[in-house]
Amino acid sequence: MNGSDIAFERRPDGAAFIIAALLAGLGSLLIWQGMIIPDKGGYAGIGSGDVPVFIGGCLWLLALTHVWKGLRHGGTRFPRQQPVPVLFIIGGLALQMILLHPLGFSIASGLLFACTAAAFGRRNFALSLPVGIGFALAIYGVFDQLLKLNLPAGFLETLIFGS
Amino acid sequence: MSTFDFLMQGFATALDPMILLYALIGVTLGTAVGVLPGIGPALTVALLLPVTYGLDPAGSLIMFAGIYYGGMYGGSTTSILLNTPGESASIVTALEGNKMARAGRGGPALATAAIGSFVAGLLATLALAFLAPHIVKLALVFGPREYFALMVLAFVTVSAAFGESTMKGLTSLFVGLALAIVGIDGLTGQARLSFGVPQLLDGIEVTTLAVAMFALGEALFVAAQGPAMQEKVHAIKGSVAMTRADWSRSWKPWLRGTAIGFPIGAMPAGGADIASFLSYGTEKRCAKHPEEFGHGAIEGVAGPEAANNAAAAGTLVPLLTLGLPTTATAAIMLAGFQQFGLQPGPLLFATSPQLVWGLIASLLIANIMLLVLNLPLIRFWVKLLTIPRPWLYAGILLFATLGTIGLNPSPVELFMLMLFGVLGYLMRLYGYPIAPVIVGLILGPMAEQQLRRALSIAQGDWTTLVSTPLAAALFGVALLALVVPPLLRWRGKGAVLAQIAGDED
Repeated sequence: MNGSDIAFERRPDGAAFIIAALLAGLGSLLIWQGMIIPDKGGYAGIGSGDVPVFIGGCLWLLALTHVWKGLRHGGTRFPRQQPVPVLFIIGGLALQMILLHPLGFSIASGLLFACTAAAFGRRNFALSLPVGIGFALAIYGVFDQLLKLNLPAGFLETLIFGS
Repeated sequence: MSTFDFLMQGFATALDPMILLYALIGVTLGTAVGVLPGIGPALTVALLLPVTYGLDPAGSLIMFAGIYYGGMYGGSTTSILLNTPGESASIVTALEGNKMARAGRGGPALATAAIGSFVAGLLATLALAFLAPHIVKLALVFGPREYFALMVLAFVTVSAAFGESTMKGLTSLFVGLALAIVGIDGLTGQARLSFGVPQLLDGIEVTTLAVAMFALGEALFVAAQGPAMQEKVHAIKGSVAMTRADWSRSWKPWLRGTAIGFPIGAMPAGGADIASFLSYGTEKRCAKHPEEFGHGAIEGVAGPEAANNAAAAGTLVPLLTLGLPTTATAAIMLAGFQQFGLQPGPLLFATSPQLVWGLIASLLIANIMLLVLNLPLIRFWVKLLTIPRPWLYAGILLFATLGTIGLNPSPVELFMLMLFGVLGYLMRLYGYPIAPVIVGLILGPMAEQQLRRALSIAQGDWTTLVSTPLAAALFGVALLALVVPPLLRWRGKGAVLAQIAGDED
């Protein structure tokens, strides 16, 4: 942010205030959690609780800097964001998180695969879902069976690779 | 024993067929992630951390280093043929390289990038081998206060010295430091910020944070820009061979790039992207035909590509000798060492010389493998660029979650992944750098321990921190790195700093 920006953008930067509030919130959380740790610091003079308090203080300082800058400068300009693809990806992640244990790695991850493909414009689930599940099964085979990584198995994995 | 003897012993380790295989997997993966836009070496190493848990430590670490080197090679291909840098250290390569490709000279551009990377990688790895033992001797006099000073310096250079805003860099750093507090305090066993959730007692996993910030954040960011057209790949026309004129114009930039890149990587002064930017500036000044810059000057490809590889090797100097990561990739490699119960630093050279020297020797071999992978087989890598984006990102996200699921298949871990992914997206949107968060998470607890140890030794006397000239000097440099960039920006020189913003590598 250099001086020449001010000429163009005089309005206060709303995002900076929200970020400042979040930083202050995180800082307060650290200070509170640091303060309730009962220790005297021993020989060092500082103990488990003091570093969180210090970092919390620094976050508060950064929050104040954000407010100050937000008042003086305009916000960061960025191109218009499309909400639908973002929701597709987050939805895919949520589906994977919820279905991982009930349905196993392959189906849950296949859903994530299909949702991500949809986010990037490939909305044909009849194609992307089987591709995703097949791909996830192949990964399960390599990593769980060969490399001994412990991945959650569902009925599909048990059916193909045995239990 | 001399360095030479150690290096020969290292070759004995490195030429073991299994180790060669690990190195080959590493450089192949590294080249692939370097070529593919959107994923970089930091992310790939993070993904592989849980996978390599049961494998051979030496082999895994050699594989990680191979990925780092390979990423530096592969990134140039994307920059030249697609005008989209495959990783952040290749941004300047795109300036001249893509112009050359448009003029039908993509072949020589790729060749000078690959051979320059080879020359720089070889020289810089040798420099690493001969420099490391001396730094180890120096490091033996380091106490907790010097380590703390070094870490403070690394914090400042990673977050505040470059980029568009000191405030944003420091914000990222302190968010990382705040996340680092979560879990059990290493010195007293006190649980902090875990709120009774058992999964949080272990702290926030490096893999989860790195994968979320880099892979998910990037995927969300790219997806949110809407359906862009797949960029046009410039076909390699004719041969990749360089003409005599190309050679004579390239060799000096290669050497200059190496000379610039290695020290920058070795000092806690930022990563490969900064080195490549400085090299580009130098070549522009040294060139006989400065008017060609901006229209496809081969020097502008040769220099920066050599510089980013030399910097990658340079980064290994503080990592191996001091245990001090100066880039996101190095930070995640440090986590890799710790996963195997190894602490990089002067002691590692004494306790596991075979591993250290095997690693260094493997890097020399990896360089030769990379030259073969990147010159004769270049047409194969170009094919990777034609994968449609929906399939590419769907695959990346599948692998990204695989790392976290393999580590800890609990909904809590996956929820954190999602949360940090969204955070990574928002940080990209508002221009906050990602690397300081990762470095803060990994280096934060180490810095805290060194600080408290130093104060314990001095019985709580804070002046101990600056009581040796070395520690005081390090703090002084850190202070300068914190104060000077805002002054430069205030004087209207901010554009230069913003351009050398380090993102990932």
